[in-house]
Amino acid sequence: MELEEAKEKIVEALTKKAKSKSKFYFNDLSKILDLKPRAAKKLITRLIETEVLEYWSSGSTTMYGLKGMGKQAAAEHED
Amino acid sequence: MAKHATPLLDQLESGPWPSFVSDMKQEAEARAKNENNVEYQIPQDACEDLLGVLELSFKDGTTHWKHGGIVGVFGYGGGVIGRYCDQPENFPGVAHFHTMRVSQPAGKFYTTKYLKEICDLWERRGSGLTNMHGSTGDIIFLGTTTPQLEEIFYELTHNLNQDLGGSGSNLRTPSDCIGQARCEYACFDTQDLCHNLTNEYQDELHRPAFPYKFKFKFDGCPNCCVASIARSDLSFIGTWKDDIRIDQDAVAGYVSGEFKPNAGAHAGRDWGPFDIQKEVIDLCPTGCMKYEDGKLLINNKECTRCMHCINVMPRALRPGLERGCSMLAGAKAPILDGAQMGSLLVPFIEVNKDNDYQEIKDVIEKIWDWWMEEGKNRERLGELMKRQGFQKLLEVTEIKPVPQHVQEPRSNPYIFWKEDEVEGGWDRDINEFRKHHQR
Ligand code: HEM
Ligand code: HEM
Ligand code: SF4
Ligand code: SF4
Repeated sequence: MELEEAKEKIVEALTKKAKSKSKFYFNDLSKILDLKPRAAKKLITRLIETEVLEYWSSGSTTMYGLKGMGKQAAAEHED
Repeated sequence: MAKHATPLLDQLESGPWPSFVSDMKQEAEARAKNENNVEYQIPQDACEDLLGVLELSFKDGTTHWKHGGIVGVFGYGGGVIGRYCDQPENFPGVAHFHTMRVSQPAGKFYTTKYLKEICDLWERRGSGLTNMHGSTGDIIFLGTTTPQLEEIFYELTHNLNQDLGGSGSNLRTPSDCIGQARCEYACFDTQDLCHNLTNEYQDELHRPAFPYKFKFKFDGCPNCCVASIARSDLSFIGTWKDDIRIDQDAVAGYVSGEFKPNAGAHAGRDWGPFDIQKEVIDLCPTGCMKYEDGKLLINNKECTRCMHCINVMPRALRPGLERGCSMLAGAKAPILDGAQMGSLLVPFIEVNKDNDYQEIKDVIEKIWDWWMEEGKNRERLGELMKRQGFQKLLEVTEIKPVPQHVQEPRSNPYIFWKEDEVEGGWDRDINEFRKHHQR
């Protein structure tokens, strides 16, 4: 899969869900891409590097979100 | 004069142990005085406000830290843990108070020069408070602001040749015992293996794509000084295949009182003369030792390498010479269904520097492929092993079941044959069978 295609798929899927959810597990993303984890990781890492996605971390768990979409309040389950 | 009154914290200082409260107060005072003219890049009174917010938490019975956040250095998914205070007006010095994990060197060998340099960096760009070391093993920098993160990372990597450690859903900073650097029991070079795997798995360390955290720890022998068996998803414990080496003259030396047992440890009280029967033979967990006619005998086939006898009489007994390590999988702390110790996956594997530890890496990568694909979000390896069964782990790692995989009959799962592993499969000729067996 090309980076452009991965970007389109991810941005579309995450934007659609943006109302209810701003943070996603790695597994959610590899399912959207329909790729095995290792192949998905290469593309997702590129999306981080090109600032389409950003990491969110609780300290023990890491999640992914569209850059700028992850509000701090989401961590407290307020929205 | 302290900025906030802290009567509840003050009480913690009255106990017999060194108190973290005293340490924080000491740093708060040093920052207020600033005798070295440090150009503080975060609020000078950060430690005062930290004491204040902790006092408030004790009073309220609840935390005033928010959970997690979008902080980190560019391209890294771990190493920085965002912490924000939910009382920023009252405690502006700790409005942001992020933790940084700094990858400790293998075996935690430092030069004093290096320690001074990281402390100076942290004094200037952080709170000055550290935790040497966190439970995973990292050097922990406690408390800085968001704009400082990239600056600190730059200085660490460019001036101090130092990387950040792991946090979040990735490989955590691997840690090891001091090993062959100082310890005669070490059955492999823990530092070299730890360092090698740390470098090999940089992507896993910094770019999280696992279902949850994953830890490696390396112990040179079954004494398990870094407790790898309890604290790591994949634990490497030094062991040997051949016989414990016995020096009978030295055994006699212990029996006669010439040598102190346990290398002189536990000497705080008088235990009476050394009794080899009571203190060694009878305590061997497998009952495989005998002391007869002044000679010590070990039935090595039954020995489980528990280290007891060797620890008591290190001059007389030494691990064998055919050395390697065992790999155990699935230990974890009790978040879901209780704590779990590692289960023996590879009873013995060579720890071979010459081929860059390829056999070990093959096992690791097969485990990761399985867990990355089958693991649920936030499921540790040990939980996946329980859910899908130990036999599944053997299958994905292509390891043949051996008796060492069975803890004891009926206490861990039976390992079943599959039809394609049995010559002729499950089918039988019923007519042939009935010739010999009545209904
Ligand atoms: C070559 C002959 C036999 C073999 C290889 C064999 C093998 C086994 C094995 C592997 C077990 C399971 C042990 C465990 O995991 O705890 C077992 C259990 C058992 N066997 Fe045999 N066995 C044989 C003959 C017999 C005979 C002739 C009898 C009785 C007349 C018998 C009675 C039992 C019983 C009662 C159990 C316990 C079952 C249980 O508690 O789950 N076995 N046997
Ligand atoms: C006074 C006579 C007996 C006593 C006190 C006795 C006692 C016991 C005990 C304490 C167990 C262990 C149960 C467990 O570990 O869960 C056991 C298991 C067993 N006994 Fe006996 N037993 C007696 C006679 C017999 C006889 C005559 C037979 C067979 C002809 C027999 C066959 C078995 C078998 C097959 C088991 C294994 C059951 C299992 O774990 O599945 N026992 N017995
Ligand atoms: S685990 Fe064993 S080899 Fe490592 S330091 Fe402890 S006693 Fe020595
Ligand atoms: S190492 Fe442990 S099991 Fe082995 S002989 Fe010594 S005491 Fe017994």
